[in-house]
Amino acid sequence: MVDIAFGPEPGKRPDATAPGAAYLAATRRKRLYGGLLLVFFVATMASGFLVAQDRNAGGFIEGLHRLDDFPAEVLSEAWEKRANLPGLMWSYTGSLVETVNIALVSTLLGVLGAAFLSLLMTRGLARWPRLIPALRRVTDALRAIPEIVIALVLIYILGGGPIPAMIAITIHTMGVLGKLFSEVAENADLKPVEGLASVGATWGQRMWFGVIPQVAPNWLSYALLRFEINVRASAILGFVGAGGIGYELKIAMQWGGGRYDQVVAIFLLLFLTIAVIDRVSDQWRHRLVKGN
Amino acid sequence: MLLDVRNVSRLFGTKAAVDEVSFSVARSGFVGVIGRSGAGKSTFLRMMNRLTDATSGEILFEGRDILALTGAEKRDWQSQCAMIFQQFNLVPRMDVVSNVLHGTLAHRSTLASMFGFWPDDDVLKALAILDRLGIAEQASKRAEALSGGQQQRVAIARALMQDPKVILADEPIASLDPMNAQVVMDTLRRIHDEDNRMVIANLHTLDTARRYCDRVIGMRDGRIVFDGTPDQLTTGVARDIYGADASFSESATSTSIDALPSRGDDAYAREMLA
Ligand SMILES: Nc1ncnc2c1ncn2[C@@H]1O[C@H](COP(=O)(O)OP(=O)(O)O)[C@@H](O)[C@H]1O
Ligand SMILES: [Mg+2]
Repeated sequence: MVDIAFGPEPGKRPDATAPGAAYLAATRRKRLYGGLLLVFFVATMASGFLVAQDRNAGGFIEGLHRLDDFPAEVLSEAWEKRANLPGLMWSYTGSLVETVNIALVSTLLGVLGAAFLSLLMTRGLARWPRLIPALRRVTDALRAIPEIVIALVLIYILGGGPIPAMIAITIHTMGVLGKLFSEVAENADLKPVEGLASVGATWGQRMWFGVIPQVAPNWLSYALLRFEINVRASAILGFVGAGGIGYELKIAMQWGGGRYDQVVAIFLLLFLTIAVIDRVSDQWRHRLVKGN
Repeated sequence: MLLDVRNVSRLFGTKAAVDEVSFSVARSGFVGVIGRSGAGKSTFLRMMNRLTDATSGEILFEGRDILALTGAEKRDWQSQCAMIFQQFNLVPRMDVVSNVLHGTLAHRSTLASMFGFWPDDDVLKALAILDRLGIAEQASKRAEALSGGQQQRVAIARALMQDPKVILADEPIASLDPMNAQVVMDTLRRIHDEDNRMVIANLHTLDTARRYCDRVIGMRDGRIVFDGTPDQLTTGVARDIYGADASFSESATSTSIDALPSRGDDAYAREMLA
């Protein structure tokens, strides 16, 4: 009886006093790492600032006052022509729709790709378990390349327009969501999947009936969040020639004085759209995660 | 010979979970497999259903080695060899009828089934099976909203939907209270008697094995240590199978209503089951 009570390997039993001490030690170590990280961070910031100060033609500090010169100029001009703003905003809705469309299509495609990728690289679910490490690296790579780099390369190859932006955002979305989706899928209950396997269901059927219903709320919530981010990304990519409202903004800004009312109209439009999308998707996500 | 198991083994690492198991079943029967936890009962059933691959050996069913099947042929065998699990293994968020219809997946194309186009005949058949098992009124509820006993009957309905030749049941009543346990075991016995389907059930209690089985196989450490009729299953034999010491008592492995102290419960259960 005594043997059983103390387990088969008496030597391995943890010291009764140890847990507290070990916990304190771990806390101290964590605090030390935190401190080191802070020092490192401050040092990097300082050195980065010095480098910037060195390289900047006019010097960072001297240029600082100009930071509000430009917005002041833009705003004062826009204020003079404020009567134009509603009309201008209306005239840019076409480009705005293009920007939102790019985000929408690439989010959809990215979600589809990420869903496949994530199931294929989740242990216990994967169709070909041996491919898991390779697929994880691929996903890491997709995520690691910034959208703007992919877009620039594609614009160079394919020329400007919405297609390069769409591909670029899709690729990045697949990488980001693939990882997040897989983390959700890892926590899925495997019992239903096994039940479906026992009746002779195909891999696709097992995933569709056994896994998707479990992960759908969380996946959808991540997808909505990504859509918000992709609207911004799509606007920014317009700047490098991918069309949409970002492109209009660039043209208006490059023109300089005389078109600042357009700049303000575009900013207002973009700001309003993103605010609306954020609010709607926020509420929706809240409902999804709470309501399951 | 209906079923012929020849030297089937399964290693996990270097440890044999199932060790050179051989037996044969001439015609459809209700076979119980008993043994303590870790004896290899689940591993054996999972190999038969092809959820787990065997390391070596053959399982001939109607003369065909089902351990050698792959791809569509393997899934076709799985559809003929239904499995019932201790934890029911239903899709909790889907309704009862959908869960029963999952029994037909092996014969449906992935795409058609994904869009939820179930043939009307299949839906009616699923409802008829639920009716037969006495849970027709639960048909439109989500599986997760049902009690354990009801969920296990839905799992049996899914198995029947497969129209299988064999039903494998891995401790089907281990998570149920005595009353539901009896309902589920009665149901399994009934579908053997009425449909003449072979049932192989892993059971963790002796009295259940004695009451329901035509034949009992005892396993210990991956090997078969007993193979006989329920009458041959004396307390002495049981002690060998379970490897228990002198303090072994049958009621320790019992979930039966009769073994419970309260007669009141017993009367209530009989009333409910009538
Ligand atoms: N997937 C697995 N990996 C490693 N060992 C396993 C696995 N499944 C079962 N085993 C081992 O095989 C032995 C038999 O297990 P099992 O078939 O579940 O026994 P039973 O169902 O009779 O309780 C046990 O020792 C168990 O630890
Ligand atoms: Mg088991």
